Amino acid sequence: MVAFNLPTNSRVTQGRTFKAPAGAKRIREFKIYRWSPDDGKPPRTDTYEVDLDACGPMVLDALIKIKNEVDPTLTFRRSCREGICGSCAMNIDGGNTLACLKPIEEVKGAVKINPLPHMPVVKDLVPDLSQVYAQYRSIKPWMQADTPAPPDGERRQSKEERARLDGMWECILCFCCSTACPSYWWNGDRYLGPAVLLAAYRWIADSRDEATGQRLDELEDPFKLYRCHTIMNCTDTCPKGLNPAKAIGAIKQMIIDRQV
Amino acid sequence: MAGTPHVDMLRSPLGRARGLGSAKAGSAHWRAQRTTGLALLPLSLWFIYSVIHLAGAPRAAVMHWMSAPVPMVLMLALIIATFHHLQMGLQTVIEDYVHHEPAKMVALLLARGGPWLLGLICFVSVLKIGF
Repeated sequence: MVAFNLPTNSRVTQGRTFKAPAGAKRIREFKIYRWSPDDGKPPRTDTYEVDLDACGPMVLDALIKIKNEVDPTLTFRRSCREGICGSCAMNIDGGNTLACLKPIEEVKGAVKINPLPHMPVVKDLVPDLSQVYAQYRSIKPWMQADTPAPPDGERRQSKEERARLDGMWECILCFCCSTACPSYWWNGDRYLGPAVLLAAYRWIADSRDEATGQRLDELEDPFKLYRCHTIMNCTDTCPKGLNPAKAIGAIKQMIIDRQV
Repeated sequence: MAGTPHVDMLRSPLGRARGLGSAKAGSAHWRAQRTTGLALLPLSLWFIYSVIHLAGAPRAAVMHWMSAPVPMVLMLALIIATFHHLQMGLQTVIEDYVHHEPAKMVALLLARGGPWLLGLICFVSVLKIGF
């Protein structure tokens, strides 16, 4: 059954507080989830006071400032700092998003930061994404075509065919959506989740791909696809403004279309 | 290292993600859930209208109403759609939330058998009134 209480070693305790430097005027609290596999202690929430006058506008700016100036043990992933790499996906103020795209000013009161929900934690804000990466690999996210590519150039698409990929190629695989999905929380070992299904539809909708039928065959499964109950958390939380729920609906529609 | 995780599975993540492969099923269930839901909209409205319409009527009048072809067929359709929809909905909820295999098996059998029996009782009751 679903567990409603966390095991004792997962209950989050109160951690340390790091005060802002004297003279700071615009102080904002950051309450950040901390857990290390090395000390055997339960997770805790550390509080960091940050002077917003000496900090960039985004939550990632504050995290980098804390790591550089206050507490170098704070662990998180980041790379491009402009919403294109997907590394800094985390739960901020109760919603999954990219720390680099989330303005501190959008959060009222203390900024609560946790790792992406319902994933194993490697350390602090770093989740273990092995499962979602493997699920992504399992849908064969590459072109499958028996017709050889023209010797003198690339496989061509009409403008209309190319337009069908809009809203899907933009996905950066940050997995904010999959980790916001209750169906993925309860059945993530068998349900592929919105990010992977959006990626699957990106190839199903690609006019150059010739494996559409096999791709639909692979997805037609009570758990891989039909655990989606159109809860729409995925679409609500996507930091890139994409609509995985619509893509999943389109896959279900295509499976019906080939029957009637 | 303190807190070294207990490893009970060394199968690769890709092997686990592929699992037992696709069941090549699920679309019929999905479609039936939606079509029965759609059918229940007018049938339920008709049923509510009929109950209000018959409120206070003597027993004989209700029996007479029910034995006419159209109300009887609509009532049987309502029963089939309701209990089929109920069975599929319960099955979905159990598959979502019950992960203990023996409990899941028992719950799925009850979720299938219960609506079947209740539906048959309702079905036979309507037929008894009609014939």
